[in-house]
Amino acid sequence: MTNPVLSIDNLQTHFFTRAGVVKAVDNISLSVNAGEILGLVGESGSGKSITGFSILGLVDEPGRIVGGSIKLSGEELIGKPEAALRRIRGGRASMIFQDPMMTLNPVLRIETQMIEAIRAHEKVPRREAWQRARDGLAQVGIPSPEERLKCYPHELSGGMRQRVAIAIAFLNRPEFIVADEPTTALDVTIQSQILAEAQKLCRENRTAMIWITHDLSVVAGLADTIAVMYAGRIVENGPAEAVLRSPRHPYTSGLIKSVPGEHLVGQRLFQIPGMTPSLLKLGEACAFKERCAYQDDACSAAPPISMEGGRACRCFHPLRADTAAQSGGAAKESAP
Amino acid sequence: MLAFLIRRIGQSAVVVLLMATIVFFGVNLVGDPVHMLVSPEADQAEIARVIQQFGLDRPIVEQYWLFLKGAVQGNLGTSFIFGQPAVGLILERLPATMELAVCALVLAVFFGIPLGVYSGIKPKSRVSQVIMAASIFGFSLPTFWVGIMLIMFFSVQLQLLPSTGRGEVGSFLGIDSSLFTLDGLKHIILPATNLALLKMSMVIRLSRAGTREVMQQDYIKFARAKGLSFGRIVWAHLLKNIMIPVITVLGLEFGSLIAFSVVTESIFAWPGMGKLLIDSVLQLDRPVIVAYLMIVVFLFVAINLVVDVIYSLLDPRVSLTGAKS
Amino acid sequence: MSDQLSNAAKPRFRDTPFGVFLSRYLDSKVATLAFVVLVVIIVLAIIAPWITPQNPYDLAQVDVLDARMAPGEEAFAGYTFWLGSDGAGRDLYSAMLYGLRISLMVGVLSGLIAMVIGTAVGLTAAYAGGRVETLIMRLVDLQLSFPAILIALMLVAALGKGVDKIIVALVAVQWAYYARTVRGTALSERSKEYVEAARNLGLSPRRILFGQIMPNCLSPLIVVATIQTAHAIALEATLSFLGIGLPQTEPSLGILISNGFEYMLSGKYWISIFPGVALLLTVFCINLVGDQLRDVLNPRLAK
Ligand SMILES: Nc1ncnc2c1ncn2[C@@H]1O[C@H](COP(=O)(O)OP(=O)(O)O)[C@@H](O)[C@H]1O
Ligand SMILES: [Mg+2]
Repeated sequence: MTNPVLSIDNLQTHFFTRAGVVKAVDNISLSVNAGEILGLVGESGSGKSITGFSILGLVDEPGRIVGGSIKLSGEELIGKPEAALRRIRGGRASMIFQDPMMTLNPVLRIETQMIEAIRAHEKVPRREAWQRARDGLAQVGIPSPEERLKCYPHELSGGMRQRVAIAIAFLNRPEFIVADEPTTALDVTIQSQILAEAQKLCRENRTAMIWITHDLSVVAGLADTIAVMYAGRIVENGPAEAVLRSPRHPYTSGLIKSVPGEHLVGQRLFQIPGMTPSLLKLGEACAFKERCAYQDDACSAAPPISMEGGRACRCFHPLRADTAAQSGGAAKESAP
Repeated sequence: MLAFLIRRIGQSAVVVLLMATIVFFGVNLVGDPVHMLVSPEADQAEIARVIQQFGLDRPIVEQYWLFLKGAVQGNLGTSFIFGQPAVGLILERLPATMELAVCALVLAVFFGIPLGVYSGIKPKSRVSQVIMAASIFGFSLPTFWVGIMLIMFFSVQLQLLPSTGRGEVGSFLGIDSSLFTLDGLKHIILPATNLALLKMSMVIRLSRAGTREVMQQDYIKFARAKGLSFGRIVWAHLLKNIMIPVITVLGLEFGSLIAFSVVTESIFAWPGMGKLLIDSVLQLDRPVIVAYLMIVVFLFVAINLVVDVIYSLLDPRVSLTGAKS
Repeated sequence: MSDQLSNAAKPRFRDTPFGVFLSRYLDSKVATLAFVVLVVIIVLAIIAPWITPQNPYDLAQVDVLDARMAPGEEAFAGYTFWLGSDGAGRDLYSAMLYGLRISLMVGVLSGLIAMVIGTAVGLTAAYAGGRVETLIMRLVDLQLSFPAILIALMLVAALGKGVDKIIVALVAVQWAYYARTVRGTALSERSKEYVEAARNLGLSPRRILFGQIMPNCLSPLIVVATIQTAHAIALEATLSFLGIGLPQTEPSLGILISNGFEYMLSGKYWISIFPGVALLLTVFCINLVGDQLRDVLNPRLAK
């Protein structure tokens, strides 16, 4: 077995707010191999973006990484001085953001923003940097890249801008990329094109990638492994196909059933009842307890992690393969 | 571009015409225009001559026409005090005022932007709080009082810098300016500082607010994710964005700088058109006042036009047709 | 009826709107101090005739032989010039308090008149809508695009000197700010539900305007009024300093400062300094109070 490109162990990122400590990321562990895509799935507010920012060392006040380890090709990132982190960011590890309308600076040309990304890491002549920028744009399927380089962001469509952001992320051939819901703001046809291109680039360059999304249907065809995040913790992970076909955790099961396409016509759409709990008040207990159909007294303690066939699940009552798919009641039915 | 310019120039002309109309009828409403145009000591013959020259015996509409015609030709009457054409008198002093206003503007930007950006990046630091308190204080200080204090401190107590006049004027590339001689530079420091202070407070506030807003934007975080150095982020990503509002507002404020130079020039005996205006008001030299007003209106309108063009050059999202895409 | 009410639920002072306002204002020590200083200044200005040794405008009490005395020296008439005397032999302490009186009077009076006119114009614009509104607001914008000092200068140049003329000029400079504020508030109030509700109840537009909209304009008006009054005082001082504001017979702080300016170069600092400090303190305190009022009264910033 190869060594993972990125491995996270017991990462904890907390926000020290006036109201108290928000455990946005609470003891998560993940690993991604070269050329593979990990889908990080969860409702909004579950700590996915903060996980991504933690990897790149971009967590802002009042947040702080308080524990754990993040290794990039075996090299520990936590505790590295800012200057060293800066060299890694955009070089060996880069990130794509959610909203393409906001991630490019409106007053700088595309070429400026691409060339500076190259020259921040390699002292190459402008001319060469420009050529690499052009090739980068061509790689993500942008027609007539020379002209696009001259453009300002507002002259491009949303899908085009996200392609530019992806091209920037791949510019320095990083070992690892976090993509933070890059297709959420785009419409469906463009979304699938971009998914396909990102996947292709990832395989070709043997880049390890974490693809963050709240939409299971996005990762279904894209990811090799899936990690499901809930209230700052990973509640289940494993090979994508296995997790999607037979989810162990009631939350995963609920998520799968609330994807519209998975349903027969005329059947009432499933909905997980209740709301994400406040991250301020979380204790040891299972955070999903209040919303779970299987909860009992045991759930007030810290749930155990059960491992089985390369999969892990953090639950007292993991579903078995047969019940999960059919029994219809993984989570409480929502009130009609 | 050309169409835009033509349209804006047209609009500007309308504003100038409007102001000319207000000035003309204002002068006619407030008092007897004969008194406005003739020195109080003038004799009957002189009064008759002026009435004849300006057609004050003709119907008001015709007079209005004559006034406009004169204005276009740069003829807005003759100063009682100097006996010279009023417009010429003012234009003669325009360079001194411009020099002062430009220096003040440069000072305000040069100190205001770094201070504002710093306090925007580190809003909670001690230094930032001192900067902000100072800028509120600077906001409430009357310009003339600051001028007096500057003179008292630097001229009277320390005897470092001269407090009156423009000093020696040098010539460079055909431009006369006190910036080209050491003596002239010494003379301009105090008045320029005086004039700059008010605007500096404003620049500090503007650039601080802009910095705080821009630093929260996703594109700054993305720039960090690209591995750019902090210096590059501030220089290329932050400054370029905050410069747009700062330059726009400052451009518009350039007019008020010229207006306030009236005060500064009086205190520092700076031989500009502001001082001329005060002297003329004190001596009731009305043709000069009217001419000053018209020239200032013209300047304001021209500045507005230039600011619009600069704005559209700075912000790629604004095309010269005026629409934001 | 009203007695019963007040007996039944006598709210604690802290919970009344004014109580809440007060406690939030007092949150800032600086603003509280500024308010206290401002009150002291105003009181001193009002009772000036009773606490000063000299009426500086009564020529019989002023002796030219006393001119330019340094602080602490004794006057011919026997009292001490605690703050020195000016070029005409006036006791500066007396002159300063009398000057403060005039400066405050001119500033406040012009502010009040401008507020009344500006409010009326602003409400008219909001009430009339359409062409009238556009016309009025264009005018307001045009005026606001010209620096206040220029407009005031021109008016004073045309009208001449005098307290009444200066007040006219200051009103002309200020009214547009009030008009813009009132119209802006009225416009946002006009679109709110309760105005719609009142209209549906069949209330006449005038009742709505004065009964519903006016009270809501009060907070922004108070804030603008404080800041504008500070502006007006500073502007009057500037004009007087330039010699085109108030006449010498009614010397405001600006004139006192101006009179002392010529002696400054010879080291007789006190003639300008003391009135200057009084002016500065007044304007600065009003601005600080205004800043805090804006924070407290602005519902958007309220938690
Ligand atoms: N600046 C902050 N201050 C306090 N809490 C924060 C801050 N940023 C994020 N959080 C907390 O972190 C949690 C996770 O946020 P995020 O990672 O953005 O969620 P998502 O899964 O939608 O990407 C949020 O629910 C929020 O409570
Ligand atoms: Mg997110």
